[in-house]
Amino acid sequence: MIVLEKRPQPSKAWSYATPLVAVIATMVFGGILFAILGKNPIEAIGTIFWEPLFGEFAFYYRPQLLVKGAPLVLIAIGLSLGFRAGIWNIGAEGQYIMGAIFGAGAGLAFYPLDAFYIFPIMVIAGAFGGWLWAMIPAFLKVRFGTNEILVSLMLVYVAEQFLASVSLGLLKNPEGFGFPGSRNLQSYESAHNAELIAGSGMHWGVVAAFIAVIFSYILLNRHMLGFHIRLTGEAPRAAKFAGVNPARLILFCLGLSGALAGLAGMFEVSGPSGVVSIDFNVGYGFTAIIVAFLGRLHPVGILLAGGLMALTYIGGEIAQSQLGLPAAAIQVFQGMLLFFLLAFDLLTNYRIRAARSEVA
Amino acid sequence: MTTPLLRLQGLTKAYPGVVANDQVSFDIGEGEVHALLGENGAGKSTLVKMIYGLVKPDSGTMSLRGQPFAPPEPRAARADGIAMVFQHFSLFDALNVAENIALGMENPPPMGDLASRIREVSETYGLPLDPYRTVGDLSAGERQRVEIIRCLLQDPKLLIMDEPTSVLTPQEVDILFETLNKLRSEGTSILYISHKLEEIRTLCDHATILRLGKNVGECVPSETSARDMAEMMVGSTLQTPERSGREFGEVALDVSGLSVPSPSEFGTALKNVHMRVRKGEVLGVGGVAGNGQDELLGVLSGEILTSADAVKFNGQPIGKLGPTARRKLGVLTAPEERLGHAAAPDMSLTENALLTGSVREGLESNGFLRWAETQSFAEKIIKAFDVRTPGPENAARSLSGGNLQKFVIGREVLQSPDVLVVNQPTWGVDAAAAASIRQAILDLAAKGAAVICISQDLDELMEISDSFAALNEGRLSAPRETTGLTVDEIGLMMGGAHGMEVAHV
Repeated sequence: MIVLEKRPQPSKAWSYATPLVAVIATMVFGGILFAILGKNPIEAIGTIFWEPLFGEFAFYYRPQLLVKGAPLVLIAIGLSLGFRAGIWNIGAEGQYIMGAIFGAGAGLAFYPLDAFYIFPIMVIAGAFGGWLWAMIPAFLKVRFGTNEILVSLMLVYVAEQFLASVSLGLLKNPEGFGFPGSRNLQSYESAHNAELIAGSGMHWGVVAAFIAVIFSYILLNRHMLGFHIRLTGEAPRAAKFAGVNPARLILFCLGLSGALAGLAGMFEVSGPSGVVSIDFNVGYGFTAIIVAFLGRLHPVGILLAGGLMALTYIGGEIAQSQLGLPAAAIQVFQGMLLFFLLAFDLLTNYRIRAARSEVA
Repeated sequence: MTTPLLRLQGLTKAYPGVVANDQVSFDIGEGEVHALLGENGAGKSTLVKMIYGLVKPDSGTMSLRGQPFAPPEPRAARADGIAMVFQHFSLFDALNVAENIALGMENPPPMGDLASRIREVSETYGLPLDPYRTVGDLSAGERQRVEIIRCLLQDPKLLIMDEPTSVLTPQEVDILFETLNKLRSEGTSILYISHKLEEIRTLCDHATILRLGKNVGECVPSETSARDMAEMMVGSTLQTPERSGREFGEVALDVSGLSVPSPSEFGTALKNVHMRVRKGEVLGVGGVAGNGQDELLGVLSGEILTSADAVKFNGQPIGKLGPTARRKLGVLTAPEERLGHAAAPDMSLTENALLTGSVREGLESNGFLRWAETQSFAEKIIKAFDVRTPGPENAARSLSGGNLQKFVIGREVLQSPDVLVVNQPTWGVDAAAAASIRQAILDLAAKGAAVICISQDLDELMEISDSFAALNEGRLSAPRETTGLTVDEIGLMMGGAHGMEVAHV
């Protein structure tokens, strides 16, 4: 019989090794899945992990990695701070949408004015939109003790309805021949989040993601607020004893994660997407939850996890088009990654031991 | 010679890193009250868990009335007539007495029959109890009766009691002893676990003393002095903390007319609490657990806020200040629950030093943490209080209870507080460590700090405190000078027998 034995201390070695082991396990079992579907597993895994980075068309895919990875990292960093403190913002998708609407709305309000200050105003507006949307669950939790998981999640669907409404009404392109969707911000220079180096995929959102990683690292390791966030997550009663004000922490964590999600939405709508449309959101806010946990809620881990996730997305798309793998199989593959990560995570705190069977 | 009821031979049980029981052998005779004596961590609990079938011995044998006895699970032990009253009750607050008892039975009879059996047994043994009362409304002593009656309904041959008096007032202890004496006179054997020597001297026929998992001696308690037994338990001569004659200064902490509801549902509200502690004075607060101790600590630490004037420090109202502001002023606290309240289990000792030390030790500047200073503060605590750990980078949960307690108390004492409030400072701590913690508290008072020591250990309070008050259902009795207080008076301050009746025997 196999028993789990709690380690006296969490193992440092395992906490670094589990993401690697999880990726390897995902490759093995994903390979088996692809083999059952009649594809060559080595070719399929190779396509997903190798093609985007070093394949024939890598010059096209590599910038895509940054474009896809940046919003994931930006949102996941914000979420991870809350998750560390046991505050569960599941509604980043909604905050992402609201950030995009506020950011684009602020930019379009100036159209067609040409001025240097328009883009910074959009950045602020985008962050504000996400912050505002996250403040709803935060306020309700602090004031009435509601569950932030439910409230933030439900507000995603409200935000989606709001997005549809502005795409068809308030922000609809007056010169769009009646089609839904706003003016394209890519063709409005003052509001365009253009690539900083052409063809690199590097836009302001990528810069913001890197800054967020550094900021979060310093906050968690060098600042009292970060210490209080970690303390609240590990031992809420000890945190209260240490003098943490739980209400203020909830407002801070939800507000910051909302603002970062809003920023991600704003950079996306003013850059790679360009248009506020009904189907603007593609699930970054939900995938970022996976990224946050895949990165073990650690800033550097999240950076790596965001890159890995972007890789499986792009590689998955290539595998779909080149090898004809079904989209569902790619999703299962991505799901496996999270599943194995959480499963192997057990080894950080427990060790597996074969117990001698005891006969009564 | 007759066969003993239960014979233990060479029982050994090892856990990773520690041998809990090492070749323990002794006999329990029919109708005998046998004491199992030892410090915390001496292996008493492991031993009775083996008898009760919760833990399997690595080696050694047991025999019950001459027959081999190896219960694979508690159910088998109960079928053989072994019953156990645990130190921590397993009762549901929301259910009534009869329902709670029915939950623990294999085939509970109809509720009406059960209730009348409960009445019958409770009257026979002088443990009056209404089967239809809700457990949430019962006092600790009455809850213990529920557990005892649950055992008696099985008609046990051996009743194991794990530290039964830790939740009772002296008067309630007398009532319990009457009941146990009646059981003995009917031929039931009792294995009585305790570290309270006077109790054992009054009640028990025989005592086995455990130290570090080994049987280090047996004695007849009524013929052995408490001091001799204590030294067998500890294995060395005991050091009594020194108390130098002290002059008390002005009032440092003044609590007046304090009433607050408890933050938790089954907690105890504090009702009109008054107390004053002078500089250099140690105030001992006794009382049975669950009578408002946690709430009192919360009110003093700043975790529970009150009206500003209810708590005053050096004349300044602090009732509305949070923990950080109070620490800045010099009011420090050490809660009872070490893991999860006083310390974060998975964080390192360095991080735990930061938990309360940040303000007074200057461990942060403009919100940024000074890890080097924090680590040296942690090292200072480890050194000054002899905390056994490889180093400050180890997680708090890797320390033994006693070592972590030394760390938690040391963390507050080294910040040289003006007022220190400790709750159960030596709970679960071995005798040597407990003595050093008590000495540290007394030294702090000698330097002019006002100290409040909340504890359930009356011996400890008598040893270190200058004045004594007791909490009972959220009310604090008027503090009295410790010198000259008798056990009876203390018992009455703690609420007497809580309306319980003496056994009709």
